Amino acid sequence: MNVALFVVVAAVLLAASISVVAGRELVRSVLWLAVALASTAVLFVLLHAEFIAAVQILLYTGGIITLMLFGVMLTARITGVRIAVGSAGRVRGGLVAVGVFATLAWGILASQGTIVAHEPLDPESTTRLLGAAFLTDYLLPMEVLSLLLLAVMVGAIVLARRRDPS
Amino acid sequence: MTPPLTWFLLLSAALFSVGTYGLLTRRNAIAILLSIEIMANAVNINLVAFSRCLGDLAGQVFTLFAISLTVAEVVIGLAIVVLLYRDRDDVRADLADRMRG
Repeated sequence: MNVALFVVVAAVLLAASISVVAGRELVRSVLWLAVALASTAVLFVLLHAEFIAAVQILLYTGGIITLMLFGVMLTARITGVRIAVGSAGRVRGGLVAVGVFATLAWGILASQGTIVAHEPLDPESTTRLLGAAFLTDYLLPMEVLSLLLLAVMVGAIVLARRRDPS
Repeated sequence: MTPPLTWFLLLSAALFSVGTYGLLTRRNAIAILLSIEIMANAVNINLVAFSRCLGDLAGQVFTLFAISLTVAEVVIGLAIVVLLYRDRDDVRADLADRMRG
């Protein structure tokens, strides 16, 4: 049953991602990205990473999509004009993408079976262990990350602030 | 029964190449940011899949870091795009070839 769910979610995820990069309208691309990110959260639940799935929904699907929509609306005149986005060099880009996929797939298939699946971690304790890891083994990286987020917040305000015309 | 690791890795590789295609062909700066999101998402799927199959939490810790960093990147990226638009009235990435206004 999990396998069937995986196949369905993977199909949705792939179709949504292709719509993001191939669509003509920017707002639609952003909304397709929301579909892709939400179905990724389902994959995370399938992989017994419930906390990551929740963060994915909260931060990505909630935060990023809102931000992106604001970005689209701030950078286009939305007086009834459709916000179209062009593409260039489709053949070249397609060749590079196929090459990247072929290389990755070759590596993946060549190393198939070298990792034997472990028993799943207990879902009740995963989040607790994750919190403990962040406050013990990964304490310094987490502090650095909070500093980075503060710097990003200040930087974004400074960058996007309206300057005096003088 | 979780699907085998290989399936997740192949899906992630396919998503990564879709993102690469978008990154190379899109001209609008926001559309390029969307493509980068797809690539980062593919990487996160890989990390969580390995974390599950190795029974090691480090993969999930890395995913949380990666998600936070992607959010930071989008915030700064959009701030720059808004600034670019205010300056040039255009967000096509190949027109942004001057550092000084």
